[in-house]
Amino acid sequence: MVAMVSKPHGGRLVRRRATGKRLEALREEAKELPKIELPYDIAVDVENIANGVFSPLEGFLVQEDYLHVLYDMRLSNDVPWTIPIVLDVDPDEIVGVKEGDDVALTYNGKPIAVMRVEEIYGWDKKEYAKMVYKTTDTRHPGVAKTLEKKELLIGGPIDLIDHIESRFEKYLLWPEETRVLFREKGWKTIVGFQTRNAPHRGHEYVQKAALTFTDGLFINPLVGWKKKGDFKDEVILAAYEALIKHYYPKDVVVLAVLRTAMRYAGPREAIHHAILRKNFGCTHFIVGRDHAGVGNFYGPYEAWDIFDEFPDLGITPLFIREAFYCKKCGGMVNAKICPHGEEHRLKISGTKIREMLKKGEKPPEYMMRPEVAEAILRFDNPFVE
Amino acid sequence: MSEDKVTIKISKDVYEKAKQYIEKYGGFNSVEELVEFVLNEALSEEQGEAQRVYSKEEEEKVKERLRALGYI
Ligand SMILES: [Zn+2]
Repeated sequence: MVAMVSKPHGGRLVRRRATGKRLEALREEAKELPKIELPYDIAVDVENIANGVFSPLEGFLVQEDYLHVLYDMRLSNDVPWTIPIVLDVDPDEIVGVKEGDDVALTYNGKPIAVMRVEEIYGWDKKEYAKMVYKTTDTRHPGVAKTLEKKELLIGGPIDLIDHIESRFEKYLLWPEETRVLFREKGWKTIVGFQTRNAPHRGHEYVQKAALTFTDGLFINPLVGWKKKGDFKDEVILAAYEALIKHYYPKDVVVLAVLRTAMRYAGPREAIHHAILRKNFGCTHFIVGRDHAGVGNFYGPYEAWDIFDEFPDLGITPLFIREAFYCKKCGGMVNAKICPHGEEHRLKISGTKIREMLKKGEKPPEYMMRPEVAEAILRFDNPFVE
Repeated sequence: MSEDKVTIKISKDVYEKAKQYIEKYGGFNSVEELVEFVLNEALSEEQGEAQRVYSKEEEEKVKERLRALGYI
């Protein structure tokens, strides 16, 4: 495999974090500016933009880029981008604000960024849902969330002036940090792994399959809002710590979190997840079966097929079939390498694992490592209520 | 710090444009910072090291945090 250095998406890592005198000036300015209060999901994305996670975005999309992303899955300069990063507002929130004005973006009443309002425009939320989620069915969590959004969008660059504290500060790394880290470790090829789950043997299998021909593995769980019944964020981290400690060689894994909301946009979100990891410095990205899917809204391999449309993505997707234990093969395998029938195969079921853990039971070893199960069971209630 | 710096002359025209750029888009504290960034980027691209866009000091800061957190 050719060793390549991964370039940030769009060519350079965006940094819109004000520092020094400019920071002081912007903090002063923000006190006097019209304020727009952000929900958590959008506030953390402001910080993601400022720290280059969403490179090449410098702020929220203006209309031309928004429409390009919606219909062509690319920014107006043709750089691939599949999920519109937009800021919705009510008309009465921006009374008196004109294009060209600055506004302060606040979270919990505290200004976190100053935004230059380049454009204020209307949008068709149903059309957004149809294009991004491929459905307008409100049973889809992304659709429901979209239809509840406000009537106008405002686009323009942001400058970050404050950090939103995280419960997982220690695990919160930015692209400029992971890039230095990977280089310090001497890694040239790095495979990114997206997750919102505690690891079972199937996850370990795909990660190790990828790690067999890359230098390093970047495990990057999404933390933030989760559905009821999902693993709590702290449980996922503890479970991974146990797995890494007992089952990975030293110095081949970096574990860090990413604060951004799941969109459940299936194929489009798979591309989005790959772009974000490219910005962190990954050269490869593991795309799961039904990646970022929900219910039966997407076909199981739709999230693989979409990569054909992006030969210029700049990160190599790895499509690894899900693993099972084959009694005949005598180990973890997948359908591509095991010729045996269903009767020899023990499937790993996330639902079954959760049910057992809920009852305080350890799942069988072919499903989950005992050390991982123990780490999870140390929590009184490992699941989101 | 100052002995690490040298003076370079650029045309007034470019300087003014750079100043306007910063006023419009922010992200840089001075024309000097912008020039250093752009030049650095162009050079590192030439060397195929696109990630080396930050100054030595900034990189040291990053390493400090990584060490404090136990990543390196
Ligand atoms: Zn087999």
